[in-house]
Amino acid sequence: MTTDVLTAEQRRLVIREALSVGIATGAYGISFGALAVAAGLDVWQACALSLLMFTGGSQFAFIGIISAGLHAAPAAIAASSLLGVRNGLYALELTQLLRVRGIRRLAAAHITIDESTAVAVSQSHNKAARLGFWLTGLSVFALWNLTTLVGALVGNAIGDPRTWGLDAAACAAFTALLWPRLKNRDSVAIAVVAAVVAVVLAPATPPGVPVIVAALAAFIAWREPRATTGAEDDPEDSRPGPVPAQPERGSEVPS
Amino acid sequence: MSIWVALLIATAMAFGLKLVGYLVPADLLAEPHVKRVTAALPVALLAALVAIQTLTGSGGAWTLDARVAAVGVAIVALILRAPFIVVVVLGAATAALLRLVGWA
Repeated sequence: MTTDVLTAEQRRLVIREALSVGIATGAYGISFGALAVAAGLDVWQACALSLLMFTGGSQFAFIGIISAGLHAAPAAIAASSLLGVRNGLYALELTQLLRVRGIRRLAAAHITIDESTAVAVSQSHNKAARLGFWLTGLSVFALWNLTTLVGALVGNAIGDPRTWGLDAAACAAFTALLWPRLKNRDSVAIAVVAAVVAVVLAPATPPGVPVIVAALAAFIAWREPRATTGAEDDPEDSRPGPVPAQPERGSEVPS
Repeated sequence: MSIWVALLIATAMAFGLKLVGYLVPADLLAEPHVKRVTAALPVALLAALVAIQTLTGSGGAWTLDARVAAVGVAIVALILRAPFIVVVVLGAATAALLRLVGWA
């Protein structure tokens, strides 16, 4: 990565990418709001989750489990926290890139989620990465909260979000995020192992656990990469192109 | 514990986990092995999320439904280099249509 000044074109691409992620994720917020109300939360609680927790996977896990009743509260807290561990890992990756202090660090932490991280780390310039992080995080934050409110209010009216394919939209979003990262044999191996581990564990473990355990597949990368080193800066990646087939995301992890 | 108390504890945990990543020393990541593993984490997590979201239903039970077709369509769109938002909309439309006609 370099710290050169961004060209207008690079800037435009980052902005477009960030906003499209915000919109895609925001759309899914409607289903979170609707599902939260269906799970027994009131509109304020649904909105408080999006405003304060602000990490889709954890939010879905929390409402999914607590819908069983208050006795499930400890499990709901544990599952949402386990799912939130990955945000801490994202922060590890972002801390040197963003170089934030004080109040900005608190703000950066709050919007450290799948989407903002994915957009940031997929940029080839530090400046683009920072712009992508903040713009994606803030646009997702604004839209996610807005659509959570809308979803909670009209929850019963839209009926099952599945009718609209919103659950499948999340699957497609995760797929689109993963796609550009499958750059070499190691990353494909890691993805396959993680997917298999997660699916095998799913029926037998609490929501959220399969994803965290599957993350251990990343340790496959511990040893030296085989063939081409420097897979991270695959030149293929900086191909110019209409819209970079890059990340972005959908966030929720209903799990 | 009321639902609000549970919600606030879970929320505090979520924020704490995000913040802690910004507070640990940066040189913890300087080691190449750690660096590679950290860089590989999103691949593992995203793959797990795709799998869980697409192939499991309530309680984590294995399920095959319209979501599988949606991901198939999404992959074709990705191969054709469709923009993210198009991939997502196609995925949703695929599932919605299959359910509308009662195929999944």
